[in-house]
Amino acid sequence: MKTKSTNYINLEFLSRSANEAFARGAAACFAAQLDPTLEELGDIKTAVSEAVTNAIVHAYPDSLGKIVMKARILDGDVLEITIRDWGRGIPDVDKARQPLYTTGGEERSGMGFTIMESFMDALTVRSGEGKGTRVTMRRRIVPRRVSR
Amino acid sequence: MEMKYKSENRQLTITLTGELDHHAAKGLMEAIDRCMEQNLPVKTLLDLGGLTFMDSSGIAVVLRAKRRMEALAGALVVVNIPRQAARVLETAGLDRYVDLI
Ligand SMILES: Nc1ncnc2c1ncn2[C@@H]1O[C@H](COP(=O)(O)OP(=O)(O)OP(=O)(O)O)[C@@H](O)[C@H]1O
Ligand SMILES: [Mg+2]
Repeated sequence: MKTKSTNYINLEFLSRSANEAFARGAAACFAAQLDPTLEELGDIKTAVSEAVTNAIVHAYPDSLGKIVMKARILDGDVLEITIRDWGRGIPDVDKARQPLYTTGGEERSGMGFTIMESFMDALTVRSGEGKGTRVTMRRRIVPRRVSR
Repeated sequence: MEMKYKSENRQLTITLTGELDHHAAKGLMEAIDRCMEQNLPVKTLLDLGGLTFMDSSGIAVVLRAKRRMEALAGALVVVNIPRQAARVLETAGLDRYVDLI
């Protein structure tokens, strides 16, 4: 098990859509210490944007609520990002993770979880109805520089 | 997020710059709807060349624009797609439904 953490950040913010750019930007800035490629940074920003947008759109549909994003470095080269909300929750996580599944109508496409899954190495979703949702994603950033 | 457009001989070109996320998509969808209603294009080019970021909110924008063009019996072509946006559109399998150039 990879659990040795060498650095972390915790961020709490309100579920306003203006914070989507803030959250993905902060995640990218934290990830920068692993010296990712532009493409890897793009993948991380996209996955974070999906998870944070879900919390804003689906967890708190008619209100504003608390979102916490945590990021940490595991074993020197793995970025782990957790996005947590205390909103409505997901009744059936397996169903929600299917491509094209959406409760969001015309404005959503049901591809968020599929994008998180394919842009990151691992995706875990834990949710309880009325309790909230925790999305954890991991991505290994392969060291580019040859040391010595 | 900024949107510009020009209409010539019922060909509409819509150019997007900046970051296309859920925050930007809300207003953008309405602006594109209005633009199409006013100009009644037979063909729309959606130029994504100036996008510095796009997430799944952009998929819904493209699909909606396509439906609007179909309602006008016209065509939608998405052009100049940056690499990051292309990855999102391809992951969603949009290349099967929309002309992406
Ligand atoms: N944090 C959350 N709280 C409550 N429900 C959620 C949450 N995240 C996802 N869901 C549920 O899971 C469904 C699928 O999410 P997913 O991100 O894959 O698609 P979407 O958000 O509907 O569309 P897209 O992400 O393509 O815009 C959502 O429609 C919603 O019902
Ligand atoms: Mg989503």
